[in-house]
Amino acid sequence: MDQKEYTIEVENLCKRFGKLEAVAGISFQVEKGQIVGFLGPNGAGKSTTMRILTGYTRATSGIARICGFPVASEPHEIKRRVGYMPENNPLPLELRVREYLKWRARLKELPLRHRSKRVDEVMERCDLTRARDRIIGKLSKGFRQRVGIADAILAHPEVIIMDEPTIGLDPHQVIMIRDLIASLRGKMSVIISSHILPEIEMTCDQVIIINGGKIVGKGTPNELRETFIDSTIYELEINGDLGDLRESLKNVASNLEVAQYTEADERGFSKVTIRIPGRHDYGEMLFSCLSDNPLIRTRSLRMREAPLEDVFLAATRRSWETLDTDLTKKPESIASETEEKEVSTAGQQ
Amino acid sequence: MRHFITLLRNEIWKLLISPSTYIAAFLFLLVMGFLFQLILLEYASDPKEENPSITFFRLFFLPVFFMVPLLTMKSVAEERATGTIETLMTTPVTATEVILSKFCAGYLYYSLLWMFTGSFHILFYSFVQEDSLFDPYPIVGGYAYVAISGGLFLSLGIFASALTRSQLIAGIVSFSLVFGFIVVGSFLDEMALPWIDQPRWVEILANHTDVLQHMRDFSSGIIDTRAIVLYASCSLAFLFLSILILEYREGGC
Repeated sequence: MDQKEYTIEVENLCKRFGKLEAVAGISFQVEKGQIVGFLGPNGAGKSTTMRILTGYTRATSGIARICGFPVASEPHEIKRRVGYMPENNPLPLELRVREYLKWRARLKELPLRHRSKRVDEVMERCDLTRARDRIIGKLSKGFRQRVGIADAILAHPEVIIMDEPTIGLDPHQVIMIRDLIASLRGKMSVIISSHILPEIEMTCDQVIIINGGKIVGKGTPNELRETFIDSTIYELEINGDLGDLRESLKNVASNLEVAQYTEADERGFSKVTIRIPGRHDYGEMLFSCLSDNPLIRTRSLRMREAPLEDVFLAATRRSWETLDTDLTKKPESIASETEEKEVSTAGQQ
Repeated sequence: MRHFITLLRNEIWKLLISPSTYIAAFLFLLVMGFLFQLILLEYASDPKEENPSITFFRLFFLPVFFMVPLLTMKSVAEERATGTIETLMTTPVTATEVILSKFCAGYLYYSLLWMFTGSFHILFYSFVQEDSLFDPYPIVGGYAYVAISGGLFLSLGIFASALTRSQLIAGIVSFSLVFGFIVVGSFLDEMALPWIDQPRWVEILANHTDVLQHMRDFSSGIIDTRAIVLYASCSLAFLFLSILILEYREGGC
């Protein structure tokens, strides 16, 4: 097997702020060219971990290496290799876009002969060319966000760290940034944190879920689903009685549960969501059971992938009243395989 | 120090494009012009032996009290409050370069403001009676003192700004430090408790820290190297402390 090349290696990283342990022993590795998403509730330790990786904050203990250089002992080496966009994207409001990027290019030691060309190139990539001579303070939030992203990718860094890069952008801009980040795949290692979970799912090769300063889930979105979601969900549209439906589905699985049932539309079809504990493909069985019952007419049947929100909830074990994301499932459905006991408590809430 | 020029150019550029720079310069010159005029009016009613330029320099601390805090309070504190210090310190710049660039930009601006006050003396000497004796040395000495002490006062201001993220606190601390250095330094020997015999070393120390005496010396043409050493060493010490604070808080090395 080929030896994997890691650009970011973190071993048992800890950071304390007085009595508060913001990061409590995090370890992970990021391969070269990989895009990694950091997920976690506010205050989970995402930004602190990112700051430690950029050399801005010192870790209390543990080792973080960027391209093989330890962050603590060789901050200069890593600062040349990291493009960073902090949370809230701070920018000098009095400068013009091009002026600011040229200054940043000088600070980031871009060779003189490439400087102007590179600044024009990143402005083009981030769709900033029409705002090049505008004062940053007078730009809309979307433009400012893109100035921050342009700055992060400016000096061809080997590692890009962006703290919530798509916050405040409209859907067009989000797609543009998503494509931009995806275009970096294979060339640069990217760490992004975001609250927009579908965003992370679409862009990232690996997702790291942090809660309370610890990693609670790590892997590709599918691996995480397998770890945290222990039920299979189907959505169907049927014309018929609910009792008949229950009767005909009894043979599929004994513990099958009808989670949702909507009012019939003008053509008499209702949308039904059923959940079957355990991860298994019941599609064919469902089809045959439904077609066997003459009292039920089926218009559609599809398996629903558990959204990353559910994985996130299950992993961070947060009661869902406190979450601001729009959740569509009941708390009972987020039962974690490993923490059954705790989830059953959450379900009672 | 390869980024020093880049940082300094940016600091100067930010000063040049900010309207507050011009407003502050205008108000400074207005106050100084008003002071000079008062001095001349005083001389017109009651002739004195001393050159009015010397009297003008004796009042140098009045603009220092308000200009230094206003000029330096935003240097580091504002960057910290807006968060731009984070993007700055995660590039390959060092804390030394950042502090020195801010100090130098402030010092250039401060020197420029004082240079404008040179026009007062030119105007004055172009209108005095022809038989008046023109003695340039008190003016040269006075400006030399302003230049040397300015380094210290601005480094005190930068130090105060490096301590905090609030510009208001930075301004208050900066004012207190400058006020402390000028007033306490000048009247150190008079501050001993009356019922305690003043130790000899207090008197010796007071001789070194008497800011008003330094000004009098310089504006009468006495260039005292002890004062130069004091101001230079103190400004270096406070700049060094500011660098340490920035390194500690923002992780730059």
